[in-house]
Amino acid sequence: MNELINEINGLLRSKTDKGVAAIFDDEHALLRAAQKAYDSGYRKFETLSPFPIHGMDDAMGLKRSPVPWFTFIFGTIGLAFGLFVQWWMSAVSWPINVGGKPMFSLPAFIPVIFELTVLFAALSSVAGMLWLCNLPKVDPPIIHPDITSHKFCLFIPVNDHGYDEAKAKEMMKSLGAKEILMAEL
Amino acid sequence: MINRDVLVGGNKTYKDISDDICSIVETVPTKGWFMYFLPAKMGLLFYVGVIAMIIGYGMGLMGVNHPVGWGTDIVTFVFWVGIGHAGTLISAVLFLFRQKWRTGINRTAEAMTIFAVMTAGIFPLIHTGRPWLAYWLIPYPNQRGPLWVNFRSPLLWDVFAVSTYLTVSLVFWYIGMVPDIATVRDRAKNKIRKLAYGVLSLGWRGTNRNWQHYESVYIILAGLSTPLVLSVHSIVSFDFAVSALPGWHTTIFPPYFVAGAIFSGFAMVVTLMVLIRNAFPVMKDYVTLNHMEVMNKIIMTTGMLVGYAYASEFFIAWYSGVEYEQYAFINRMFGPYWWAYWIMVTCNVIIPQIFWSKKMRRSIPVMFVVSIFVNIGMWFERFVITVTSLHRDYLPANWGMFNFTFYDFGVIIGSFGMFFTLFLLFIRVLPMVAMSEVKPVLDVGRGDKHERAH
Repeated sequence: MNELINEINGLLRSKTDKGVAAIFDDEHALLRAAQKAYDSGYRKFETLSPFPIHGMDDAMGLKRSPVPWFTFIFGTIGLAFGLFVQWWMSAVSWPINVGGKPMFSLPAFIPVIFELTVLFAALSSVAGMLWLCNLPKVDPPIIHPDITSHKFCLFIPVNDHGYDEAKAKEMMKSLGAKEILMAEL
Repeated sequence: MINRDVLVGGNKTYKDISDDICSIVETVPTKGWFMYFLPAKMGLLFYVGVIAMIIGYGMGLMGVNHPVGWGTDIVTFVFWVGIGHAGTLISAVLFLFRQKWRTGINRTAEAMTIFAVMTAGIFPLIHTGRPWLAYWLIPYPNQRGPLWVNFRSPLLWDVFAVSTYLTVSLVFWYIGMVPDIATVRDRAKNKIRKLAYGVLSLGWRGTNRNWQHYESVYIILAGLSTPLVLSVHSIVSFDFAVSALPGWHTTIFPPYFVAGAIFSGFAMVVTLMVLIRNAFPVMKDYVTLNHMEVMNKIIMTTGMLVGYAYASEFFIAWYSGVEYEQYAFINRMFGPYWWAYWIMVTCNVIIPQIFWSKKMRRSIPVMFVVSIFVNIGMWFERFVITVTSLHRDYLPANWGMFNFTFYDFGVIIGSFGMFFTLFLLFIRVLPMVAMSEVKPVLDVGRGDKHERAH
């Protein structure tokens, strides 16, 4: 029992990296900073913002999110499941004659097939998103409480390629950071 | 270039937005909120009592009988499911069309969808008369054979459509809210609040690697919700259309029902927004008169679509040459239920025409009254479709009247109590404007004004 609790605890606690964080006042400064950090050779750095910023994925060199694959694969499974279940229940397990319609009445089965396709696709996309984001997490370290409200943050972890604390801080200062601090993410 | 109006009034900064929206959750509710909550809660308690009586004594308490076997429960079910559709239209369809003005109202509209569908879901259960056997609607392996549900029945399609709709809308709403809940969590000084919103926020921190997946799933959910919402009211209309009853057996029903649903749903959004603006004056910067005007335009447009559907039904009844069909429609207009028909036409087709005038479109008292009339009219539309078609069909043995009882009125009034109680609690505990969606559109319209000055 204790092992199980530890196991769950381990899954929900975030594994954090130490690093240096810079706080900015607006999203344009953060976008420039991210571009600069990428150009300086950093690859594991992260940006934090209260809302998604256009162009940030390119600035950070991120590839397209794989979430749509979850939608497609599980949507297809939902479709097949809906078709199979209705065929098996209506034509195999206990066939009942309803108004002389065929046991396998495909047109009448389409609404339920559609609903199950949407249901599987939607729930699996959300589950896939949470899995890709490593969520949910208990008590993640918060660099600055205003980052979810009106501040923007660039975080460079110590284990990033060619990390040099003095250089990183210098770069952040030159980009107009309002505040530079050592933090955990 | 055409100058755009600002989407958010009052020259707000990002911080102002967080302060405005979160303060509603963080402070003791205002008097305005209590003024709405007390009557709503009384309505809910009344509803619980009415439902307890109906379940305890049986369906005989309500007006349904031979030949009108579908009465208030089904009428009000269709009414509430329809209300829900505007929320999905605002949150999903307007998102796909990149309509940025939606950000001010989408959270409340989605909440309205969820609570309306929850309210609706109770009615078919009451209508079955034996709600404790409702789990028979689900095809689960059982010891009766196993005996499965009838997948060829629209009523069963409805079970799948409405429950999928509720699930997907709920997930869409919650995922949209996670970044905002994180904002409330990070602002919290109080330990209990920090814990509660910390759990709800799932540990969201707003890293770009998370935003990337988040935005992807958001557009996918919008894309899935759009055909879903159209399927839901189409399938609700199949409950009627897949039958041989004159007045029900028409192919126009799916688009006609969807247009009506959007119509009534937008009217409900306008009603709620007027009340919210009244109870929380700070909301006037987020839900501006421009928002209200756009919604009033949609109300007028869909009202005319519905009016076209009414006319088209009559034309087809005449053109088909089927005397039963013709009688059903003449009977609607001039038969014993003429008053219901004319209430419907007045409220849905005639009254919204006032919105041709810009002054009326932008007048809060006018739109409030019109939105209430539209909802009355839409309830009567479902009443006209359900009851007037059933009360006289092919055989003289099937001619009769539907008699309202106290319990019919009780469930209608009570359901509003339930809906408003849920909605007011939502306003109290969750951020009612999507802050993470409003902040990126803050600049809209500001630069335009600036350029004009040059």
